[in-house]
This record gives sequence, structure tokens and C-alpha cells, in this order.
Amino acid sequence: MLQYIIKRLGSMAVTLLVIITLTFFLMHSIPGSPFNEERATSEAVQKNLESYYHLDEPLYVQYFLYLKSVATFDFGPSIKKSSQTVNEMLGRGFPVSFELGMVTLIVAIFSGILLGIIAALRHNGIIDYLAMTIAVVGISVPNFVLATLLIQQLAVTWGLLPPATWASPKHMILPTLALATGPMAIIARLTRASMMEVLTQDYIRTAKAKGLSPVKIVFKHALKNALLPVVTILGSLAASILTGTFVIEKIFAIPGMGKYFVESINQRDYPVIMGTTIFYSTMLIVMLFLVDLAYGILDPRIKLHKKEGK
Amino acid sequence: MALRKHQEQQTQSPVPDDWFVPIQKNDSEAEAVVRPSLSYWQDAWRRLLKNKLAMMGLFFLSFLTFMAIFGPIISPHTVDHQDLVNQNLPPSSEHWFGTDELGRDVFTRTWYGARISLFVGIAAALIDFLIGVIYGGIAGYRGGRTDHYMMRVIEVLYGLPYLLVVILISVVMGPSLATIIFALTITGWIGMARIVRGQVLQIKNYEFVLASKTFGTKTGRIIRKNLLPNTMGPIIVQMTLSVPSAIFAEAFLSFLGLGIQAPLASWGSMASDALPVILSGDWWRLFFPAFFISMTMFSFNVLGDGLQDALDPKLRR
Repeated sequence: MLQYIIKRLGSMAVTLLVIITLTFFLMHSIPGSPFNEERATSEAVQKNLESYYHLDEPLYVQYFLYLKSVATFDFGPSIKKSSQTVNEMLGRGFPVSFELGMVTLIVAIFSGILLGIIAALRHNGIIDYLAMTIAVVGISVPNFVLATLLIQQLAVTWGLLPPATWASPKHMILPTLALATGPMAIIARLTRASMMEVLTQDYIRTAKAKGLSPVKIVFKHALKNALLPVVTILGSLAASILTGTFVIEKIFAIPGMGKYFVESINQRDYPVIMGTTIFYSTMLIVMLFLVDLAYGILDPRIKLHKKEGK
Repeated sequence: MALRKHQEQQTQSPVPDDWFVPIQKNDSEAEAVVRPSLSYWQDAWRRLLKNKLAMMGLFFLSFLTFMAIFGPIISPHTVDHQDLVNQNLPPSSEHWFGTDELGRDVFTRTWYGARISLFVGIAAALIDFLIGVIYGGIAGYRGGRTDHYMMRVIEVLYGLPYLLVVILISVVMGPSLATIIFALTITGWIGMARIVRGQVLQIKNYEFVLASKTFGTKTGRIIRKNLLPNTMGPIIVQMTLSVPSAIFAEAFLSFLGLGIQAPLASWGSMASDALPVILSGDWWRLFFPAFFISMTMFSFNVLGDGLQDALDPKLRR
């Protein structure tokens, strides 16, 4: 186990280094400097700006400077919003995005599992078809379309909920709904499939024969094993929710990290793009790692340290 | 024998013995195979035909391809013709899907967008297929140390967040069709490579491969003729599922303003352009591109599911 963790930490570090290197050289391969547009600046000012941002150094020196500052969690100043640093923007945006992401993840997991269980228990019944139709629609409709439809119907036409921003729990309903439907659908399908498989197994028949109540059989005996496949996709699901927040935060005007990221892309604010990319990647890599660890602990059939031989 | 005859006579069965006549049996006929032998692909196709949902998906995709080719031709309007008098018109007999804020015909643009979206999806899936099969095939067939190092590379790349890489590449290279396809394939082939490797690792130890080796067949030929045809099932399923994810990623990019640029149209960019006007009630601007994105995703997904069942040899009856 410990050996596996150390090995994984090593490969995570390599992945992170690849990401930092990739973003750095990609961003610096774009022709032109951020300071030679529109306003004509005098030679001296130009020189000063370049030396302030270390742009007059050779590229590899800049690279190591950047590595050093990233290692101390300092992503440098924003170029377009001169009074702010990337850290400040992340610090402001992260709590909001984290809240949105977590609420979405929780809603998606619980409703997805519930939908999947109901569909599996009423296999081939009307409820099953209904649940699976919802699931297929959830997978097929992109979240930005869903978000727009929700705003138009629930917020504008019927006036039930506020259409945008992130102020109260009431404001959270629409963005969460738009973001959670896709992951919920995936979880529901997976839960249904594995639940149906588990329900045919001998130990479930034994439980039934002992006269246990159906609720107890499903939640105490079957669910534990049925949820293992769901755990494996949590990592990629978290990734899709995370990238989903870019679009959802843009549509609902939520002041989170995703909004800053999209803004920085449109304004070509390179330090912000680099900083947010590295921050996002770190979060995702750590999440994938945690999911793998959780899977190893939950499934007694898997011995993590033996995975190497496969 | 004699004993049994004796018993029958004693009980006097209601069925007399002379009712039993031996049938005219022909030994060679008994050996004949009545059920037609189906090849793996015939059987898979037969099972796919039975899957109504998958056939619906296949039918819709054929329709889509047909309209992507002929839709812009049968329409009286061109993709980028602007008609500022007829802005934001609802669907009518003149403009079947209405017009947008520059008076461009949404019907023509929708099918033009279908061309681009399908092209992006299929091109990305094909390139993923090529790289993935070569990489996974080599890693799986060579095994040992080669496999170990090749898989380390994949492990590192797998940690890269797909859409973030795509966004970064698009920012750097500037938005264009080639950029999108390049960006989508740069990490997209990993899934395919993993699947092919796993399959090849398993199949390469079967006897028929050994037999082929003892005949002195060259490695390249073994991979092409013995290993790949037997891994085709999972590969096809993976491809059907990677087309919609590429289409989705393109829509996502276009939505962020990094995809197809005007005057060209893709479903993603059309949906993105339609956002500001949806609140004023111009529903057709969003409805048509959104509907076709959703239907395409749906069709590829159900077709992929159907193929997964049809091509699984374990489910063969």
C-alpha cells in the first residue's frame, strides 16, 4: 500500500511537471509581447515593464523562475488587471467554484444512485423506462443548452427562481441543476447496470430467504457492492463537473474561478491562464489519486501494491 | 430384451407393437447442419438489427449524413449571405428554420454546421484510432520493458485534464478547424491505446498466434492479420463513443469562443450566438443547433451501447 502511494505520488509529480512545462512553453511560444499593443509606451517604460515581469531574461531562466514561484504557490501578477495577482483571483473565485462543484457532485451522486436503484428494482417496468429516458436525455443534452432552457423557462417565463448570480441558496438551484444532470445520468446508468448484476447473486437470494425486508436487502447488502463501479468513475466525473463550471459560471454570471478562466482566455491574460490551468490540474490529479485510493480500500479484491504486475 | 417383450405382452399396452415403424433414417442427413453458420460479423449485425434503439440511432445518423451533404444544396440560401432586412425571423416557408441576427438562413447554417461537427467528430475518432492502435499494438505485443515504459508515458498523459489541454492548445494555435482536431487528438488517443493494449496482451498468447509464429510470419503481419481483427469489437465501440465526445468538445470550445469562427458555422458556435437572443423569445436560434447536437449525441451513444452488446462474443447465442 505504502509502496503504491509513493509510486503514485512520483507519477503525479511528473504529470504536474509536464503540465507546468507544457503551459509555460505553449504560452511563451505565442508571438508578440503582452506590452506592445495599442498604447505606445516610451522605450524606458517598455524596458521597465519587461524587467519587472522578467521578460528580458532568456527563456530558460524565465522557466526556472516560474517553476520556483509555482513551487511556492505564487502564480505572479495578472497582466490585464494590473492591480491584481493571480493568487488573489484564485482566492476569490475558488470558494464559490468549490461550493458549486461540491453541491453539484453531491446532488448528482445521490439522485443518480437513487434513480439507478429504482430503475434496477423495477427492471423493464414503466419507472425503469422513465428513469433511463431521463438518463439518456441527461447524457445527450449539453449543459449549456440545458442551462439556457432552465433560465428561459423557470426564471424568465415562470419567474420562479432568480436567473443569475450566486447570492442565496435559491440562486444555487438552477446552476446546480444544469451542471448535475449529465453526471447524474451517467451515475444512474452505471448504478442500474451493476445493481441488476448484484441482485442476481446468491447472497442476495440468501438474504431474501432469511426474510429480510427489501429495503434492508437493497441498502444494506446489495448497494455496497453495486456502488464499486460508481466509485471508479468519480474521478473523471469530477473532471467533467470542473470543466462544466467554466460554461455554467459564464452563463449564470457566477463570480467563480471558471469565470476568471474564461475571461482570461478571451483577454489572452497569460499568467492567469497558466495559473488557473496549473491549479485546476493539481486539483484533478489529486482527486484521481484519492478515488484510486478509495477504490483500493473499498474493494477487498484489489491489492494496490500488486497492481504493478498487471 | 426378451424380458421386456414378455412384460409388454403381459400388460397388453393399448398401443400395439406394429404401430411402431422405424423411420427411414439417412445417416448423412443426420449430420447436416440445419442452422446456417453465421460469421462473427453476420451474427453481430443480426443482433444489432434486433436492437430498436440502436437502429433508431443508426437511422438518424444516416439521415444526418444525408442532410449534411445535401441540405445546403437544396436550400435556396447560402451559408454566409446576409440579409439585414430579414433579421431574426421565425421559421416560415421562405426560411424553414428562421434567420439569425444578420438575416442568415438558419436551415442552411444548421446543415453546414452538421458538416463541420460530423467532420470534427469523425476525423478526431479516426486519428485517435490510428495512433491508439499503433501505440497500443506495439506496447501490448512487445510486452516486457517496452510495454512498461510506454505505459508510464500513458500514465503521465492520462493525468492531463482533457478539456484543459484542448483549451490551451486552441488559445496558442488560434481558432481553426485544424487546431480543434489537433487539440482533440493530442490526448484523445489514450483510451484507444489502453483498450488495444489490453486486448493484444490477452490474445497474443492464444495458440493460433503461436501457430502463425512457428510458420515464420513476420511481426507486422501477425499484428495486422491475427491480432487486430480479433480486437475489432472493442475498438469499434470505443470509436462510436469517441465521435460524440469530440463533437461535444467542439461545441464546448465554440461556446467559449475558441472554436469555429464566423462566417463558418458549427452547432456549438450557433448555440453560443443564440444565447443573447433566447430571452427575447427567439427560440429557433437555439433550438435547431441544440436539438441536433443532442440527437447526435443520443444516436451515437445508443448505437455505441447496441454495438457493445452486439459485438460482445460472450453474449453470442
